[in-house]
Amino acid sequence: MNPRVNDPTRSNQDARTPAAGNACVRIRGLRTVLNGKTIFDDVDLDIARGKITAIMGPSGTGKTTLLRHITGQLAADCGDIEVDGRHVAGLNRTQLFDLRERIGYLFQNSALLTDFSVFENVAFPLRQHLRLPEEIIRNIVLTRLQSVGLRGAAHLMPSELSGGMARRVALARAIVRDPDLMIYDEPFVGLDPIALNQILTLIRTLNDTLGVTSILVAHEFSAVRRIADHVVLIAGGKFVASGHPDVLARGESEWTRQFFGGEADGPVPFQYPARDYAAELGFAAGAR
Amino acid sequence: MNAPRRNMMLADALAQVGAVGLFMFSILAAVPKSLRHYRETVRQVWFVGAMSLVIIMTCGLFVGMVLSLQLYYVLTNFGGTAALGTVVALSMFRELGPVVTALLFAGRAGTSMTAEIGLMRATDQLSAMEMMAVDPMSYVVAPRFLAGILAMPLLVCIFNALGLLGAHLVGVSWLGLDNGTFWGNMTSTVEVWSDLLNGVWKSAAFGAVIALIATFQGYTTPPTSEGVAYATTRTVVSSAIVVLALDFVMTAFLM
Ligand SMILES: Nc1ncnc2c1ncn2[C@@H]1O[C@H](COP(=O)(O)OP(=O)(O)O)[C@@H](O)[C@H]1O
Ligand SMILES: [Mg+2]
Repeated sequence: MNPRVNDPTRSNQDARTPAAGNACVRIRGLRTVLNGKTIFDDVDLDIARGKITAIMGPSGTGKTTLLRHITGQLAADCGDIEVDGRHVAGLNRTQLFDLRERIGYLFQNSALLTDFSVFENVAFPLRQHLRLPEEIIRNIVLTRLQSVGLRGAAHLMPSELSGGMARRVALARAIVRDPDLMIYDEPFVGLDPIALNQILTLIRTLNDTLGVTSILVAHEFSAVRRIADHVVLIAGGKFVASGHPDVLARGESEWTRQFFGGEADGPVPFQYPARDYAAELGFAAGAR
Repeated sequence: MNAPRRNMMLADALAQVGAVGLFMFSILAAVPKSLRHYRETVRQVWFVGAMSLVIIMTCGLFVGMVLSLQLYYVLTNFGGTAALGTVVALSMFRELGPVVTALLFAGRAGTSMTAEIGLMRATDQLSAMEMMAVDPMSYVVAPRFLAGILAMPLLVCIFNALGLLGAHLVGVSWLGLDNGTFWGNMTSTVEVWSDLLNGVWKSAAFGAVIALIATFQGYTTPPTSEGVAYATTRTVVSSAIVVLALDFVMTAFLM
């Protein structure tokens, strides 16, 4: 018996694998070195249009870096990234901004504009790009805030918000222009169970009703499992496993078994690369 | 200090100058688009201008008073106290007004520009704008640059006015010079175009340079609290040096 059959956050269409011909984001031969550390080592990835693709992996493996590559914030050392048929590396600033106008991006640290109230933060993308009457802006912003449960907080300043509230405001801002591609960098951090449920429903609804392509970076597998169509596991500069969350959860490969089981020992390194532990503490034989 | 190290520092300094130059071109390129955010420019003029008023007015008053006092004793030796108003006005309009205002402006407005932009960098607000397809150069940097150019001349005029008031207080009300001589000699000697406006043009250039340095330091600061602290200090130090050097160059060539 599948426990998710009655789950309202779940879409009924269950496409298991991304259709290669219909990729919204195509990554080929990506190679990145930051500060002498290899973050990506010749990886390929397709992100299916209209689906929710979750990217998981230990912290510090380069999930945020991958998102920065996709949105053209950071150039890769090598390889090609195509978003909606356009090569990101070849775009000039104007073209890049045109592309970004259709992308909603939730920053890992919310990145709200501290000079503006919650309302103005959410209204910011509208005011900058569209000439709309004040009344319409007001309605759009309030609907967005309502959907993240913060309509009553519209007048607050970012410094008056908790971490979880700030994430929800940032989420409202990211979706305010109905983007075609939504990128969420750790959206569930700091959310209480009720807010988490609401946000999961929101993300799923955006996909089901508007056909938004979503890329989701998150650590909470139980949450990811409820909404993602496809999960990609990154570790050690490679995509080590991918597939439908239920398939990954069965833990058929060593990678997934360790990662989702939360074990420290296995192919996924828990330790940041370092010198031998005993030697660094001065205990190793012959160290002294 | 050995030669290679000195060469490195020289190379670093030159690279920094080049970077500031390139930054200026990107500001100028962003100015047309920033006119769409004219409200932001107005807000910045208010912020760097109106908020600097108290310090500018106070300092202007005291500079005028002390200048008047010093010159009174010097001029007494030559029996030339009748020229007090003229000398005070000339030195204020041509030199002290623009230069002292610029130094105060760097300390009051330049530092806050640097700290503000640096903090926006450190908290990813600039990246967030870029991701919302809003260019921080035209939304954040260019309005502050324009505000510097617009606010400085206005502040200099206020500084000068308060300076004359201070000089009048000391010279006429306290030391007992004749009121008519004080104003009369001044108005017949000091030229609006060559003396007063020269200083005003100069101050617009100072405003541009200070805003350029301040926004550059903020925009390129390392995203840490230490980085922002150093950037703020560098704004004051570089602005002071550049303003005084530029003052000499402009005075030598343009007047
Ligand atoms: N600007 C940078 N310069 C150098 N190294 C960086 C930079 N940003 C991130 N890194 C390194 O890249 C790796 C991946 O970072 P990130 O993508 O933020 O990880 P995460 O998967 O947790 O989002 C980390 O090891 C980090 O040390
Ligand atoms: Mg991250």
